[in-house]
Amino acid sequence: MNFIQQLINGLSIGSVYALVALGYTMVYGIVKLINFAHGDIIMVGSYIVLFSMKSAGFPFWISILGAFTLCAILGVVIERVAYKPLRQAPRISALITAIGVSILIQNVFMLSFKPDPRPFPNVIDGNFGIGSINVSYTTALTIGISVLLMILLQLIVKKTKVGKAMRAVSEDEGAASLMGINVNRTISITFAIGSGLAAVGGALYSAAYPLVDPFMGAMFGLKAFVAAVIGGIGSIPGAILGGLIMGIAESMTKAYISSQLTDIIVFGILIVVLLVKPSGIMGKNVKEKV
Amino acid sequence: MKLKRLAALLTAGIFVLSAVGCTGGETSKDDLNADSGTQTENNNDGNNNTSDNSDTIKIGGIGPLTGELAMYGTNAMNGAQLAINESDGALGKKIEFIILDDKGDITEATNAYNKHVNNNEVSAIIGAVTSQPSAAVAVAAAKDNTPMITPTGTAIDITTYGENVFRACYTDPFQGKVIAAFAASSLEKKTAAVIYNKDSDYSIGCAEAFKTTFEEKGGSIVGYESYSNSDKDFKSQLTNIASKNPDVLFIPDYYSVVALIAKQVKDVNLKAVLLGTDGWDSVHSVVEDPSLIEGAFFCNHYSPDDTDPEVQNFITKYKETYGSEPNAFAALGYDAAKLIINAIETAGTTDKEAVVEALKNTDISAVTGSIKFDEERNPIKSVSILQIQNGQYKMYEKLNPSDL
Repeated sequence: MNFIQQLINGLSIGSVYALVALGYTMVYGIVKLINFAHGDIIMVGSYIVLFSMKSAGFPFWISILGAFTLCAILGVVIERVAYKPLRQAPRISALITAIGVSILIQNVFMLSFKPDPRPFPNVIDGNFGIGSINVSYTTALTIGISVLLMILLQLIVKKTKVGKAMRAVSEDEGAASLMGINVNRTISITFAIGSGLAAVGGALYSAAYPLVDPFMGAMFGLKAFVAAVIGGIGSIPGAILGGLIMGIAESMTKAYISSQLTDIIVFGILIVVLLVKPSGIMGKNVKEKV
Repeated sequence: MKLKRLAALLTAGIFVLSAVGCTGGETSKDDLNADSGTQTENNNDGNNNTSDNSDTIKIGGIGPLTGELAMYGTNAMNGAQLAINESDGALGKKIEFIILDDKGDITEATNAYNKHVNNNEVSAIIGAVTSQPSAAVAVAAAKDNTPMITPTGTAIDITTYGENVFRACYTDPFQGKVIAAFAASSLEKKTAAVIYNKDSDYSIGCAEAFKTTFEEKGGSIVGYESYSNSDKDFKSQLTNIASKNPDVLFIPDYYSVVALIAKQVKDVNLKAVLLGTDGWDSVHSVVEDPSLIEGAFFCNHYSPDDTDPEVQNFITKYKETYGSEPNAFAALGYDAAKLIINAIETAGTTDKEAVVEALKNTDISAVTGSIKFDEERNPIKSVSILQIQNGQYKMYEKLNPSDL
């Protein structure tokens, strides 16, 4: 019973990792950029939900929609201002810009809202039991919303025109634009969806761990990035799988081995995956063009 | 290139400024020496101790004023400032209190100490506030024999670095011991679990002492789990603990972590009485849902509903000055400053050795109890056990050192 309980704990944190990893993987898939500012979008999303619930008194679901929208816009603005001018520049320039954007967002928030952690409003209370297994509503909500969004994303990518455009641009940007696909618009949409998902991830994360501070996105973003790499960066199902593997590995290590070994084991998995399959579990092997 | 030149100019500017500053200080010192010949001797053996000759006594404060632990540093330093404002100076001179931020970081704390001693020429140090920076400051202060009191550094090793290092609060193991004795004897609980931060000396010190004492008193420890500094998820450990169903859960850590753990204790449906240490002070400011910590006990240095006139006087003045209720950190900061001022008055000088000697023989009544120091320069005083009732801290029991 304890084992299933721990599995649920792992799924809960893992599904949030997965949501955030999706943003990393989508952006990487389409512009080959590791968007380090993505972790900080989580933080921005949490702050938006915090203020919208506490100061404006909106319910959680409206706040989440607001955070999704605002962060989607923020993602697009960041892309337009910081990354687009560097699209033809060497990849390292864009990478360093991403780190710069991340530091900028953190410090703007630190100056505006002070570095002290703030309590996050109570979203949903209580537990329910399935047999002898006890699940909190927070956990159920987290897993539920994450799964829903992942399904929605799959539908968008596989079934809609926008999704088709995204797949085309990620395969070959030049050819896609020759076929009449608006590449800039597609990239913007990708950033918008990725950032929106990060905002929801942030809100769910804060509902489960109710303290918000300007640096909360840094470590969490890094772990989500590792999840994306384990799953195979660029692959959407890979990001989901990677997130769940990370979450479950963390919670099982804490429960059955030792909390001191958590990070060693999680990052150990990353090393093993990269040794065995450098492109990640579900990543495609890309042949170098010579 | 442009940047380099600018940097060079700036550096040159700083050198010129500091040179001017030095000569300025030098002349005024000579002038004063000519007037008061007797004090020059004193001045020569206490290396560079200009404070004897100026009309102010400088005391340096070190604490985290920004970052996660900012609330502690600000409160402790406010308390110290209040005691200094209240004192009308010492030895007929004004006291100037200079505070530097250590951000809760060891390196920053050492830098702050060096700045205090080299640039500000302070006579004594109040700080640092948290345990690890306090230990770093203690190591540095021990080399110069600067009188130092950490108001709130509870780690056992801090005072072991030098004869000149004191503390105004009790130690980590002492807290663990008191709360374990309280759980076993006063609450009559039989089983306990502990969840502690393995990256924090404070947390480990409390946890180990709790375990030993609770077992000595006939209780059994059914869960002993740990986590690390960056952790936000404790559900795995708490699920393990919940399956053992302990009577009490001891969480020795600072308030922001306690807020996260308390939420997850409820999530995993663990129904134990929560026990904590002085790091819990201010916990209600970061817990959105007060029911999470309702009924929890923690030990603290003082209680606002203590009827002692000294305590009530302090609370009134603190509220007048800062407009908020003082917590234990403010009270300890206040007491630390009081200890230093008292020692300087008793010694009749700011000479380092004399002040240290006077501190060792301290016997004053302060806000956090009447204070004497033992051989390890830890205070011997009583402990207040508080309970959180309706989101308020209520004095539950006062334990004297002899009760343990």
